[in-house]
Amino acid sequence: MTIGLSHYLTVAAILFTLGIFGIFLNRKNVIVILMSIELMLLAVNINLVAFSAFQGDLVGQVFAMIVLTVAAAEAAIGLAIVVVYFRNRGTIDVAEIDLLKG
Amino acid sequence: MLAAFFFYLFATVCVGAAFMVIAARNPVHAVLFLILAFFNAAGLFVLLGAEFLAMILVVVYVGAVLVLFLFVVMMLDVDFAELRAGFLKFLPVGALVGLVLLVELVFILAAWVTAPDIVAQAPTPPAALISNTEAIGQILYTRYVYLFQAAGLILLVAMIGAIVLTLHHKRYVRRQSIAEQVGRTREESVELVEVESGRGLS
Repeated sequence: MTIGLSHYLTVAAILFTLGIFGIFLNRKNVIVILMSIELMLLAVNINLVAFSAFQGDLVGQVFAMIVLTVAAAEAAIGLAIVVVYFRNRGTIDVAEIDLLKG
Repeated sequence: MLAAFFFYLFATVCVGAAFMVIAARNPVHAVLFLILAFFNAAGLFVLLGAEFLAMILVVVYVGAVLVLFLFVVMMLDVDFAELRAGFLKFLPVGALVGLVLLVELVFILAAWVTAPDIVAQAPTPPAALISNTEAIGQILYTRYVYLFQAAGLILLVAMIGAIVLTLHHKRYVRRQSIAEQVGRTREESVELVEVESGRGLS
């Protein structure tokens, strides 16, 4: 009963699928969509760290840190856009965000 | 044996919490479940020997990013029940896409092999010799210093962008003008008046 690389990859695959599933399921709520993206990035990070540990290569962990950085930046900008949009339109329903449709 | 037990504990709680993130009715609960999922992912990182990333995940990610999510969810006065209206309508297609993706990932998991001639770019030093944090620091600040700087630049741009997006001045609020305050001189603000003794000012 030793835990191998496949175990970690399975967990990451399930998390990633749940993220995709969440985007489809909560198609109207932009905050839950952002949270689903966070879940998918977490799955990618688990993959990177698992490969890094089992291949004995530290670069994977460095790259996972960069992924964390970009995810934090994305969350900050995304939430700022949500706040501004809510202030202007009074809703965050994704289906109603169609100002650019012309 | 103990490692296997903790792996299954962390993995089960992580996946369960991730499921609750997308299924929770209340978005505040969804954020709290996301925090739980990240904590357990940090546990998985510790099991993998990546303690530094685990701590980064807890301190920076849970401490800053997810709390930011919590603030925004609580700040916006949104009728979340209305936003969930299409939940059951989107369920079949979402389940279908998720299932297809999961099956594809399982196929990959069943068939993947590591390339035989792979060479580690930065081999992990033995854990008894040097800690994970020190080992990461030794390559992050030398070979990957430009990547590190680029990450800092991304964060700076994100910070400025978020501030510019959300900052708005109200017209009727009187604001402090620091330049005007600092630019005052003694000549224009203080007047010395000679007053003869025994008489008033007028």
